[in-house]
Amino acid sequence: MASQPDNMSRRAFLRGSATLIPTVGLAGGISLTAQADEPAPNLSEYQPVFFGEDEWSFLLAACDRLIPGEHAGSGPGALDTNVPIFLDRQMDSPYGHAERWYMEGPFDLDGSPDLGFQYPYSPREVYQKGIAMTQQYCRQEHGKRFEQLDGDTQDAVLKGLEANDINFASLGERQMQASDFFSHLLENTKEGYLSDPIHGGNKHMAAWKMVGFPGARASYRDWVDQHDVEYPLGPVSLNGERG
Amino acid sequence: MAKQQPRVDAVIVGLGWTGSIMGMELTDAGLNVLALERGADRSNADFAYPKAADELQYGIRHTMMQKPKQSAVTIRRNLDERALPQRKLGAFLPGDGVGGAGAHWTGVLIRPTPTDLQLKSFADQAFEPGVLQDDMQIQDFGVTWDELEPHFTFFENVCGQSGTTGNLRGETQEGGDPFEGPRSEPYPLPALQDTQNTEMFDKAARQLGYHPFPNPSANVSRAWTNPYGMQLGPCNYCGFCSRYGCVNYSKASPQTCILNALKQRSNFAYRTHANVTRVELAADGKTATGVTYIDENGEEVFQPADMVILASYALNNVRLMLNSGIGQMYDPVSRTGTVGRNYAYQIGGGIHMYFDDIEFNPFATAGATGRMFNDFSPGNFDSASHGFIGGAKMHSSQASGTPIKTPLPKDTPSWGQGYKDALQKYYGHHMKLSMTGSVMSYRTNMLDLDPTWKDPYGMPLLRMTFDWKENELKLSRFMRDRLREIADVLKPDHMEESFQLNGDHFKVTSYVSTHNVGGAVMGTDPSNSALNRYLQSWDVHNVFVPGGNAFPQNFQANPTDLIAALTYWSAKKIKEDYLKNPGPLMSRA
Ligand SMILES: Cc1cc2nc3c(=O)[nH]c(=O)nc-3n(C[C@H](O)[C@H](O)[C@H](O)COP(=O)(O)OP(=O)(O)OC[C@H]3O[C@@H](n4cnc5c(N)ncnc54)[C@H](O)[C@@H]3O)c2cc1C
Ligand code: SF4
Repeated sequence: MASQPDNMSRRAFLRGSATLIPTVGLAGGISLTAQADEPAPNLSEYQPVFFGEDEWSFLLAACDRLIPGEHAGSGPGALDTNVPIFLDRQMDSPYGHAERWYMEGPFDLDGSPDLGFQYPYSPREVYQKGIAMTQQYCRQEHGKRFEQLDGDTQDAVLKGLEANDINFASLGERQMQASDFFSHLLENTKEGYLSDPIHGGNKHMAAWKMVGFPGARASYRDWVDQHDVEYPLGPVSLNGERG
Repeated sequence: MAKQQPRVDAVIVGLGWTGSIMGMELTDAGLNVLALERGADRSNADFAYPKAADELQYGIRHTMMQKPKQSAVTIRRNLDERALPQRKLGAFLPGDGVGGAGAHWTGVLIRPTPTDLQLKSFADQAFEPGVLQDDMQIQDFGVTWDELEPHFTFFENVCGQSGTTGNLRGETQEGGDPFEGPRSEPYPLPALQDTQNTEMFDKAARQLGYHPFPNPSANVSRAWTNPYGMQLGPCNYCGFCSRYGCVNYSKASPQTCILNALKQRSNFAYRTHANVTRVELAADGKTATGVTYIDENGEEVFQPADMVILASYALNNVRLMLNSGIGQMYDPVSRTGTVGRNYAYQIGGGIHMYFDDIEFNPFATAGATGRMFNDFSPGNFDSASHGFIGGAKMHSSQASGTPIKTPLPKDTPSWGQGYKDALQKYYGHHMKLSMTGSVMSYRTNMLDLDPTWKDPYGMPLLRMTFDWKENELKLSRFMRDRLREIADVLKPDHMEESFQLNGDHFKVTSYVSTHNVGGAVMGTDPSNSALNRYLQSWDVHNVFVPGGNAFPQNFQANPTDLIAALTYWSAKKIKEDYLKNPGPLMSRA
């Protein structure tokens, strides 16, 4: 983080003129420039705020299976792009607290899934309970914690969560199914991978560069009529980082 | 006892599209007008570049939208199912805060056809008795094309509507929609630029003999000054349009088109974080005395007013009427009562097509970008021989290319290296063929009050009973076959379909559209409409209810042009007749 020499020098570099993003014309003739914020932290040095140490080890391992890094094939992975940091920060956002959702009882768990989720948990609780259940399952089934399993076994566990083959009810969790937890984990992992770095993931916009999304440029009047031509410019982030 | 505010001439509940229009019109008439908006204040500055360009915040977390915590809807598919609360948003995304859904809509600004306004009359003449489902409850709007035309034109000028004229005073125009009703004036501005998918769709549709035209747009193609003196700048094709505030003063919204002008008027005021819980009625129940709201400190406040305008979005308008005892609640068994009757929606479907070697650059787009054709709207084709009524807008639109929402073929892995490979392979190589279909009204598609769940202020939640019916599923299948023919011309490397077909039921978890209509419909017969043809409550004459709630059934395109035109139509009647002589504008006989 800030105390690390490589990041210090990087920050000094970023503070220079290099990070002024191209001006974006606004209707009123105003133009805006933005400067890059704090550089993205290194995942290995990050201290999670919400997740406990054990939960964190689970997330690091699971994210690496959900979106594996360069070691598995081309393109950055969830760990290369700080997705776990994104997850940690989301837990403290209105989303994590289910602040905007209707969370009043009664909670009728027998209805059709097409009517939407009915369990009484905010995403924070979904993660806490989901990770605990998964670890309990791994201990029972394999005598190890999830992060200690080999990659193929980890994948099998994740598939078991996805398909509800791992039965949370028999592990003591009766309100939420394994797939409820898995779908949060997967959806949020993709969000962290592909959203603006301002939210903590997609470090240096690596995922955007991989797919060819120009980020927050939001100005293509001169480009829209160029059909079937690859867009030439790299992405820009909300904080003005250029990729 | 509730705190009481000084009386106003008119109180408007909700400051989105209809509330802003009513604010303008009623202040024009010299009234002292107050708008109460439950959400936050929002101005163009809130969306200034680059703030709005944040997919997570707006596209995914719904930051500008109705909070279920404050106002959830419970949903069931039939009278026997237990309705459950929609705990987080899904199928529809109503707005919250100044501007309402009008601040984050897409901006496809399209008129219905003259036939759509008189669908029941059309059905009586085009269908043999017994062909249509007997639980269908379609009706005429009670207002004609000629009556509404000036109001469409005015609102389209307010928005700087961009597109290609198809029918100018009865003369067909090249490149526009030959099936549109006669316009008194051409579109204010030329169409938006085409994108790759638009061009491909256009060619294929023409080859098959259809009549494609540019999606009519409220994302303006050129600088525009509207009748209120508000200025819009040409659209930037920023790619963050549908679900986002505009970074660029280019998307018509209450903010860009009306509110800055309205806020200058000394006889207009508005309060935010003012959540109206009910309309208060006089002892005889025949007039409203004002509204009760909860202010930002959680205190209950009574706001007296001579007139109440419910402009809080179709679903909220119906709920406020039910919670206030305005009119009689609909009963689907005895088919009596009108409030909650004829709730309808929109049916969607499409073919996802993937082309390995074509770059669509989906991020470089305006919300409304695309092409559509109207060859399959009612009266333009023989749907009777296929056993259904209604129609569809057939189109290829590209509302945004934000990456979290990247569509991927279903047979690709949803995680692991295969997922990453698919993202790289398919992002930017996808286009969609879509149909947006009409939905008729039925005996058991309806709104009422939930018996179990309440909002934080103790008021019952709205309960929605809705499912797809046979007529719409037939329509969906017919339109699927037509879209398949277009796909055959375009020959994608890979494609897959998503349509509602036999046996499918309404799902609340994935987005369908925020085109919720009906529930407090307009008409000329108080036994089957909650509002008369001026959007005035039949029962409480100083309550007017502009919004999609007034549609007796839904037509095949986007609702806001019609919602706005009806609002201006209602306002005109208020100004010309109601204010001079407050009372029922139509007699119940
Ligand atoms: C993502 C999206 C895309 C869309 N795209 C299109 C499109 O392309 N074309 C089209 O025609 N339509 C589109 N729509 C629909 C369009 O936004 C609505 O038809 C239109 O905004 C309706 O206007 P309204 O005034 O009825 O409601 P709104 O504009 O939503 O305004 C209602 C206001 O009332 C407030 N309110 C609600 N309840 C209360 C209460 N109890 N007390 C106080 N205030 C309250 C709300 O907070 C809101 O601000 C889209 C909608 C969405 C969500
Ligand atoms: S696409 Fe155009 S109208 Fe839509 S938000 Fe961007 S600049 Fe505004």
